[in-house]
Amino acid sequence: MSKGNREVTMAGSHKDEVSRREFLEGTGAAVVAVTAASTLGAQAPVPGALETAPSAVEDVPRTRISVIVNGTKHVLEVEDRWTLVELLRDHLRLTGTKIGCDRGECGACTVLLDGKAVYSCSNLAVWADGREIVTVEGLARGGRLDPLQQAFIDHNAPQCAFCTSGQLMSARALLNRNPSPTAAQIRSAMVGNLCRCANYPAIVEAVLAAAGQPNGGAR
Amino acid sequence: MYPAPFEYLRPATIDEAIALLVTHGEDAKILAGGHSLIPAMKLRLAQPRYIVDIGRIRGMSHIRETAGRIVVGAMATHDAIERSALLREKCPLLPETAGHIGDVQVRNKGTIGGSLAHADPAGDWPAAVLALDADIELAGPRGRRTVKADGFFVDLLTTATAPDEVLVEIRVPITSAKVAYEKTEQKASGFAIAGVAVVVEQGGVRVGVTGVAAKAYRAKAVERALAGQSAPTAEGIARAAALAAERVEALGDIHASPEYRLHLAEVNTARALRRAYGN
Repeated sequence: MSKGNREVTMAGSHKDEVSRREFLEGTGAAVVAVTAASTLGAQAPVPGALETAPSAVEDVPRTRISVIVNGTKHVLEVEDRWTLVELLRDHLRLTGTKIGCDRGECGACTVLLDGKAVYSCSNLAVWADGREIVTVEGLARGGRLDPLQQAFIDHNAPQCAFCTSGQLMSARALLNRNPSPTAAQIRSAMVGNLCRCANYPAIVEAVLAAAGQPNGGAR
Repeated sequence: MYPAPFEYLRPATIDEAIALLVTHGEDAKILAGGHSLIPAMKLRLAQPRYIVDIGRIRGMSHIRETAGRIVVGAMATHDAIERSALLREKCPLLPETAGHIGDVQVRNKGTIGGSLAHADPAGDWPAAVLALDADIELAGPRGRRTVKADGFFVDLLTTATAPDEVLVEIRVPITSAKVAYEKTEQKASGFAIAGVAVVVEQGGVRVGVTGVAAKAYRAKAVERALAGQSAPTAEGIARAAALAAERVEALGDIHASPEYRLHLAEVNTARALRRAYGN
């Protein structure tokens, strides 16, 4: 198995067995994988194959679920207590989604669940059974960034960037429902995404630009 | 952060859910939208051994008009309530209140039934259902029963719901547009520091207050002061609003002192009354 597809086929937690160096290399590999995935298209696992997710605790209750993540179907056994963000980050290796407050306030963990922006830290993984999830890794299509991603770059919307993936997902949910929002509607729709750098003006500009609003290109 | 281990149960019907609650007793906890329970479980403030997810039970998220009343299923999300054309026309306090809850992510998943059953002292729904004099329907092994909103909130995080009962729906009257919800919120979470819901009806007004005390309450002294008046003066409203926290023991925390909460209760009561009366 190449490193390029391991986020799709390895669902287990490897935290205990990897060194920091391997972890950092893994992070790099994940970036490569995302690029490769967006170039090559979805890398589907073997249909019907159960992806095992070994756990440090063997006797905790587990449930078999089926979820579509960024267009790829996964059949997995998850611990009942896992939250969605832990499934995505720790077991599917989709670390673009961040954990900030871990209690449904900061918005860093925002993903789309059946098209709606939700806090993946406050949803159980088992809840996603039969549903479709899009993470920040799923925004780029065919090697092209989502217009929102390009606009975030063009308008310097990320500063420290920890909140960026969540901001992008909330903005994507908004634009899917309202392709031409006003600045006020953007601020209202994204109130659940905090930016400790307080770079809100640039974020709103970027979303306006991505939506094709004329004042988005003012910079 | 992982919650402590629990077993996830997914009943397909309300009766199955009740049976699970009867079997597991205090070890079981109902999961609705999860936005109160899951954070509490991560912090080990709640450690249920069984989670009964009622999210896949059909027929629990309806919003409809039945026999001259508005009926809202317990699993209706805040977002669905905020967007309901029926409610905007016939019970506008509900969509107005929904729009004040948390943020988009919370409203997409959080439910009115979950919020009421959790009875967070800073939740928004308690103020609205009190001002609407809502009937709250509970289903349990002994059948169904209805509890008035005024008797539903018992204490901090405590309601009249028995451990083996499921909150299934909320019924409220059709109202005019003379309603308002005014709130001062804690910015990061959106929870109320003081929120006041007002419903003006023929010959009277009902006032629900949340965020101020251990449980949401009806400000009955305010209601009495305005009884029989269809167009109170600004002075009359101010005098009535001054009674908003009469004999109320206010909470204090990192976000607001008891004195500040009492002050905000009066301010938001006056604002909500002025708007509802069109004064």
